[in-house]
Amino acid sequence: MPATSATLAAWRILFLAQLRETPGRLLITLLAIALGVALGCAVFLVNAAALNEFSLASKRLVGEADVVVRGPREGFPEELFVQLARDPAVRAASPVLELQAALPGHSETLEVLGLDPFRAAALQPALMADIGADLFAMFRPDAIYLSSSAASSLHVEAGGHIEVTVGSRVKSLHVVGLLSQTTFNQPLGLMDIASAQWLFDDIGKLNRVDLQLFPGTDVEGFRADLSRRLPAGVLAIAPAVERDRAVSATRAYRVNLNMLALVSLWTGAFLVFSTQSLAVLRRRRTLALLRALGLTRAQLQSALLGEGAAIGVAGSILGVLLGAAIARLTLKILSGDVSQGHLHAAAILRNGALPMLAFFCIGTLASSAGAWLPARNAARQAPARALKSGDLDFSSTARIGWRAGLSLLSCGALLAFMPPIAGLPIFGYAAVGALLFGAVLLVPALTVTVLRALPRMGNVVLDTAIAQMRENVALSTLSLASIIVSFSLMVAMAIMVFSFRVSFENWLGKLLPADLQVRVPYENDTAFWSPDEQSALKATPGVARVEFRRTRRLLLDPAKAPVTLIARGDDPAKTAAELPLVQETPRLAQLTNPVWISESVQDLYGYRLGSRVRLPLDDKQTFTVAGVWRDYARQAGSVVMSMQTYLAAGGDRNATEASVWLDPHADPGTVEAALRTRLPDPDSIEIITSTALRERSLSIFDRAFAITYALEAIAVLIGLTGISFAASSTALARRGEFGMLRHIGMLRRQVTGILAAEAVLTSAFGVVYGLLLGTCLSLILVFVVNRQSFNWSIDLNVPVWQLSLLSVVLIAAAALTAVSSGRAATAQDAVRAVREDW
Amino acid sequence: MNSPPILRLENLGKRYAPDRPALFEGLNLDLRQGEYVAIMGESGVGKSTLLNLLAGLDRPDGGRVLLDGIELSKLDDDAATLLRRRAIGFVFQAFHVLPYLSVSQNVALPLDLLGIPAPERGRRVGRMLQSVGIEALAARQARHLSGGEVQRVAIARALVHGPRLLLADEPTGNLDARSAAQTLALLRAQIKDNAGAGILITHSRAAADTADHILLLDSRGLTPLLPE
Repeated sequence: MPATSATLAAWRILFLAQLRETPGRLLITLLAIALGVALGCAVFLVNAAALNEFSLASKRLVGEADVVVRGPREGFPEELFVQLARDPAVRAASPVLELQAALPGHSETLEVLGLDPFRAAALQPALMADIGADLFAMFRPDAIYLSSSAASSLHVEAGGHIEVTVGSRVKSLHVVGLLSQTTFNQPLGLMDIASAQWLFDDIGKLNRVDLQLFPGTDVEGFRADLSRRLPAGVLAIAPAVERDRAVSATRAYRVNLNMLALVSLWTGAFLVFSTQSLAVLRRRRTLALLRALGLTRAQLQSALLGEGAAIGVAGSILGVLLGAAIARLTLKILSGDVSQGHLHAAAILRNGALPMLAFFCIGTLASSAGAWLPARNAARQAPARALKSGDLDFSSTARIGWRAGLSLLSCGALLAFMPPIAGLPIFGYAAVGALLFGAVLLVPALTVTVLRALPRMGNVVLDTAIAQMRENVALSTLSLASIIVSFSLMVAMAIMVFSFRVSFENWLGKLLPADLQVRVPYENDTAFWSPDEQSALKATPGVARVEFRRTRRLLLDPAKAPVTLIARGDDPAKTAAELPLVQETPRLAQLTNPVWISESVQDLYGYRLGSRVRLPLDDKQTFTVAGVWRDYARQAGSVVMSMQTYLAAGGDRNATEASVWLDPHADPGTVEAALRTRLPDPDSIEIITSTALRERSLSIFDRAFAITYALEAIAVLIGLTGISFAASSTALARRGEFGMLRHIGMLRRQVTGILAAEAVLTSAFGVVYGLLLGTCLSLILVFVVNRQSFNWSIDLNVPVWQLSLLSVVLIAAAALTAVSSGRAATAQDAVRAVREDW
Repeated sequence: MNSPPILRLENLGKRYAPDRPALFEGLNLDLRQGEYVAIMGESGVGKSTLLNLLAGLDRPDGGRVLLDGIELSKLDDDAATLLRRRAIGFVFQAFHVLPYLSVSQNVALPLDLLGIPAPERGRRVGRMLQSVGIEALAARQARHLSGGEVQRVAIARALVHGPRLLLADEPTGNLDARSAAQTLALLRAQIKDNAGAGILITHSRAAADTADHILLLDSRGLTPLLPE
C-alpha cells in the first residue's frame, strides 16, 4: 500500500472511530477552536471595516491637498489664507472652517465643513462631485448639504431643516441636498464658508487651509519651511499624517482585542493537545496494532496529526462563518464605539475573503500544533509494550526541561521592563507569553517536587491517589496545562479589570463632588455659555454654588489626536486641590503659569514635572508642568490650568461644563428644570446628577468589560473540559485497577474517592499555580500593557474574595467531574473490568 | 471433617436471562478449613460466574452461598465489600497489582483497607513477602517486576490478611511453565499455611492436580474428577 493511502486509511479508521465513540468530546474541542477563530476573525473584520471607513473618509476630506494647514478650533485670521495663497509654490489654496457642531437634543455632534465651493472643487473633487449643478444652492445663507449618513441619523431629507447650537442659541439650517453614500459614508455637513463663518459667529476666521503645490515642488521641504513661519498653534501637516491620526487613535484597542482573540485560540489549541493526548492513551493498543500490521512511525504520526487538522478544519470553517456573523452584528448594533456610530455592516465582506482564509489557516494550524506532540509521542511508542499492557509512555512530555521553563520565565521578566514599540506594548505581550509558556513547562518538575514532598497520610484512598499521581505526573500535566493557562489568564484579567474599576471609581469620586453635572455636547466646537449665561445659571433658585469649566481642543502634534485643554478652578491652588494627582510639585506657589498634564500627555509628549512647555494658546508665554493627574476620560491627553492662568493666556470667558452644588433641601429635578429655563434653548445642555453619572459610567465600564469576562469564563470552561476529559479517560483506562480494588474490598465510594482526591489535588495545584502565575501576569497587564496601551496608570487591587470563590468552585467542579467519571467507571461490572486485559 | 464449612453452596443456580436456559443449577458444595479445591470445565460453562457468586460480586437466581454461615446474597453492596475485604483473597490471571506502588505497598493494600496499624502492617507484610520469597523486592516498584514476581506479589496480597477463603482465577494463565509450577506450589503452600480454604479455577489439568480435589463444572453440576 502506498504511504499516502496507508496514512489516509489509518486516519479514516482512527478518526471515524473517535467520531463514533466520543462525538461530544470532539464537538467541544472543535467549538473551542471555532470560538478562537470566530473572535479573531470578528475583531479583524470589524477593525478592517472601521479602518476602511476612516481611511476613505479621510481621503475624501483631504482630497488632492499636498499640505494641510491646521489651527485651533477658534481659528486664525483670514489674512493667513491670503498669505498662503500668494506663496509662489502654492498652485491652489482652499480655506476651510471645520467644526463639530452641537445639535440640540443630541449628544453626538455633526462635523461641518465650511468651504469655498469653487476652490474645494479643485482640491476635494470627489467630495464636491455630487453637488455639481446645484453648486449655487450652497450660497444661500442657511444652506447645508448633508451626507446620507448624517441625514439618516438626523431623520431629515433634502428640503428639510436641521438645528445647530451656537453659544446657547439654536439656529436653523436648510438642507439643500444630500451627498450620496459612495461620495461620503460618514456624517458630514457641507456649507459655503461665508455662511458658516456667519452662522457660527466666526466672521473673518478660518481653522484650516488646504494647499496644493506646483508640480516639482519639494513638498516636505515646503512643509518644514512653512511650519517655521506659521503663528503659534497653527501647524503644517502632511495629508498622510492627517489620515493616519484617526487610525492610530484606536490602534491600542485593536491590538488588545486581537490579543484577547489569540488567547481563546491558544486555549483551544491546548484543548486539542489535551484531547488528543488522552485519545492516544485510550487507543494505545489500537495504535500499537496498526504499527504491528505495518504502519510506519511517520504514517501513524501523520494520521494522528490529521485528526488534529480535521478538528482544525471543521472548527475553523465554523469559526470563520461565526466570526463574519459576529462582525456583521457588531457593526450593526454596536458600531458607536469604533467610528462614532456610523459604520455600515455591508463593509464587512469588502476585501474580507483573504483575511477569512488567513483565519481559517491559523485555526487549522493551531489545532494541528496542539495534536503534534501527542502524535509524536504515540509514534515513538514501542508497539510490543503497548500491545502487552500498561500505560502510554509520556516521559518525553514530562521531560520538557525545567531549564527551558526557567529561561522563558527570566526572559519574560526582562521583557516586562522594555519600552513600547510605536505606542504598543509588544514586549509586554511577549513577556506575558514567555511567562505563561515558561510556567507551563515547569509544571511537570514542580508537580513531581510537590508530590514527592507529600508524606504518607495513613489513609488508603489518599495514599493510593498520591502514589498514582506521582507515577503519572505527565498525565496530570496534560490536564493541568489547559486549566493553568486559562485560569491564570482569567486571574490576571480579573485583577487588571478589578484594579481598573476600583481606580476608576476612586477617580469618579474625586472628580464628581458636586450634586449636578452640566455640560454642552461633548467635544463640540460651537456651543458654550457666555459670562451672562453663567451668571444666570448661578442665580438659579436652589443652586448653592457653581464651578464652571472651559474645555478646548489643542493640537500639540499633528500626528496625534488633539489634547483637551481644561480651564477650571479660580486659582492654581484651587485647581490642584480638585484633581486626582499622581505627581505634584511642592513649590506650586512659586511657579508661573502652572499646568497639570494627564499621564497620557506625560507618556505621549515626554513632558515631565517641572517641564516648561509651550501651548498653542499664546506664543509669548510658557507654562510649567506643576503636576501629573490621572484622566480616564481623555485617552489622547489633557492639560489643566486655572481660570486665572487661562485668561492671562488670552483665553475667553465662555464655559462649556459646570459642577453645580445644590441648596441643602433643593430637589435636583426642580433645579434641573430651572437651569434649563435659564438658557435660550433648554435642550442645548446635558444635565445629570453626579450619582447618576457615576452609576452610568460604572455601568458602561462593566458593559465594556463584560465581553472580557465572558471570554475568560469560556476559556476556564474549556480548561475544565480538559480536566473532565482527562478524568473520564483515565477512569476508563484504569477500570482494571478499580475492578481489582473492588475485589479486594474497597468500597465503591472509596474508589470514586481516589479519583476525587486526584482531581482535588490536581486542580488545587492548578488553581494555586494559576493564582500565583495570574498575579504575576496581572502585574504586567496593570503596569506594562495597560500603561503602554492607554497611557494611564491604575492602582493594583486584588479581588481576593472573588478569586477565592472562583478557586473553590473550580476545585469543586473538577472533583465533581472526577466523581462522575469514577462512578461511570465503577458502575461497570467490577468483575468484567479485571478480565478486560485477558 | 466435623468442623463447620467455611463455604457452603446450597442448590446454587444462575441464568443470564429468564428466557435462557440456566448456566448451572443445583450446585452443592461444602468447603472446610484447610481444603483446596480445583474447579475445571469447558469455556462458557460458568466457572467465572461461579467465582463471582462465591465472592458476592454477583447474585444467584436460585439457592444460596454461605461464607462462614453468612448468606452473601442477603448482603448489600457495602456489606458484601466489607466481607470480601475481611474474609476473601483474590489472585487474578492478569495479576492486577498497582504499577505505581512498591511491592510492599501493593501487598499492604488489604491491611490498609482493614485499618491495621502501621507497625503491625509492616510486620505482616514482611512475613508474607518472606514466605513468598520476594522480600528482597519489597521497595521495588511493581511495574519493574517480571511476570512470575508480579504473581508472587499478587499471591502475597491475596493472603496477607489471612482470608478465610482464597479464590484464584487462572493464576498461571500468563506465566511460562516453570513460573507456573512455582506459583502453583506456592499457592498451595500458602493456602495451607495462611488461609482457611482455597478454590482454584483453571483450564489446566496440571494446575488442577496441585489441589486436594478436582471438581468438574458442567450442565449436571459439580462432579468430582478422578485423578489421572
